[in-house]
Amino acid sequence: MLKKIWLVLIMLALSTSVFAASGKNSIQVKGSDTMVNLGQAWAEKYMEKNPGDFVAVTGGGSGTGFSSLISNTCDIAMASRSIKEKEITLANQKGIKPNEIKVAMDGLAVVVNPANPIGKLTIDQLAGIFTGRISNWKEVGGKDEKIVILSREVNSGTHVYFKEHVLRKLDPNSKEEFAPSALMLSSSQAIADEVAGNPVAIGYYGMGYISPKQKPVAVAKDEKSEYVIPTIENVINGTYPISRPLFLYTNGVPEGLVKKFVDFTLSREGQDIVLATDFVPVNR
Amino acid sequence: MRKLKEFIIEKLILICGIASIFFVALIFLFLLREGLAVFKTVGPFKFLMGKSWYPISEPPQLGILPLILGSLLVTLGAAIISIPIGVGCAIYIAEIAPAKIKEILKAGIELLAAIPSVVLGFIGMVTLVPLVKSLFHLPTGLTALSGSIMLAFMAMPTIVSIAEDALYSIPKNYKEGAFALGATHWQTIWRVMLPAASSGIVAAVMLGIGRVIGETMAVMMITGNAAVIPHSILAPVRTLTATIAAEMGEAVVGSEHYFALFAIGIVLFIISFMINVTADIFLHKRQS
Repeated sequence: MLKKIWLVLIMLALSTSVFAASGKNSIQVKGSDTMVNLGQAWAEKYMEKNPGDFVAVTGGGSGTGFSSLISNTCDIAMASRSIKEKEITLANQKGIKPNEIKVAMDGLAVVVNPANPIGKLTIDQLAGIFTGRISNWKEVGGKDEKIVILSREVNSGTHVYFKEHVLRKLDPNSKEEFAPSALMLSSSQAIADEVAGNPVAIGYYGMGYISPKQKPVAVAKDEKSEYVIPTIENVINGTYPISRPLFLYTNGVPEGLVKKFVDFTLSREGQDIVLATDFVPVNR
Repeated sequence: MRKLKEFIIEKLILICGIASIFFVALIFLFLLREGLAVFKTVGPFKFLMGKSWYPISEPPQLGILPLILGSLLVTLGAAIISIPIGVGCAIYIAEIAPAKIKEILKAGIELLAAIPSVVLGFIGMVTLVPLVKSLFHLPTGLTALSGSIMLAFMAMPTIVSIAEDALYSIPKNYKEGAFALGATHWQTIWRVMLPAASSGIVAAVMLGIGRVIGETMAVMMITGNAAVIPHSILAPVRTLTATIAAEMGEAVVGSEHYFALFAIGIVLFIISFMINVTADIFLHKRQS
């Protein structure tokens, strides 16, 4: 009996020392689902170059990333929106100073089923569709069929960005909301799958998720402007109207391992990975 | 020495016994503490009867009527599907099936209970949802009906095993008496066995429903999660459980949204508590 207890104690001591050791050269990256693939690609390449260092990347949504940063359970938060005033106050209360680093750009694609004849829409029409004022495809020149609106859940930075920039057109006094009938799906992939299988659905997500099974809609600022499709060139030259910055947030100015990783994401190699995962580099 | 040992063991078991009640009380207190704070910003009536749920707007609109109705609709649908099938299955197993088939059926039902809900949700998403969509010519198959059907599968094992137990525990002389009076097998089941086991069957149904209303993952995957008051079972709905699961990750700790999610937790707790108490009353009625 006594022997057993000793064994358990020794095992415990050993395992804690292992964890303690791994704690020193590992960083936790958490946040935006839009950026999860990008973060993972960075982490893989980074760990390849720096054997011994360990980077763990998880998703959950930009808001989840911020709350983890605030509760000090991650070192870097990935975010597809800027931090809110409320979150900064909360962070400061806990002694955390969020530090914003812009690492990439992303075009938000509005997608429909390839069988849908609609190929272009204005921002006004998009706002009308997603708020529910336009509920039939024939009102925007399509077939006489009900529109099924697909949206991300409220924990998604993409949801917040789309609401502020398309539905509310950046007007702080606007009270526009997604139609209550909008289906809230829990991931970009779920939206991609539903659009691929449903000829009357419309959804939105980061450009990286576009595949031949969905058709990106060309978007124009207003009726007089040109209709532009979401491509990397169009986001870089600024003609595509719904594009947004992607951020990493750290606690204070990055130091040590966190700095090494952030510098890597901004390096030529890191920015090549940005391009390879269908986002738009900021540092060229 | 021996007495001391007995004493310690007895007290340890006592602690184990009290622990579960203690934990329930703690959970409820925690829910109350976090959830009641929402009523500083929105009145209880407006919270329960409000028709729009926009928790992250400024100011947030926290009305959970669509969510309550969504949960009730999905549960009602699941009950309508699972009760006749479940009770029928229990009667077959308890009364009619030969011993061999009985064993196979029982094992099958236990297996059904063992399938994780996320797997059922996933299967529903790729098989049931497209089927519902094409069968009823709907714009989308992510509807309350899809959720009801999938949840019926989850309620069935509970209903079958408890109802079967109730039928099995009826004294043998009831059945023999009915046969002696010249009743057929079906007449015996319908007129004697079912009434005699009725309280046990009601308890089985209530426990099955309790399982359905608390289910989260499968409904989140296949009901569409649109926070709109449902006008038919063929419309998308958002349930109380799915709302908590989907939004808790984002809610800023200490915000109205966070408190509102806990308040939804209280509503759920009260609903499932009532269901369990009803089931308990019927179970005790049967014993006395």
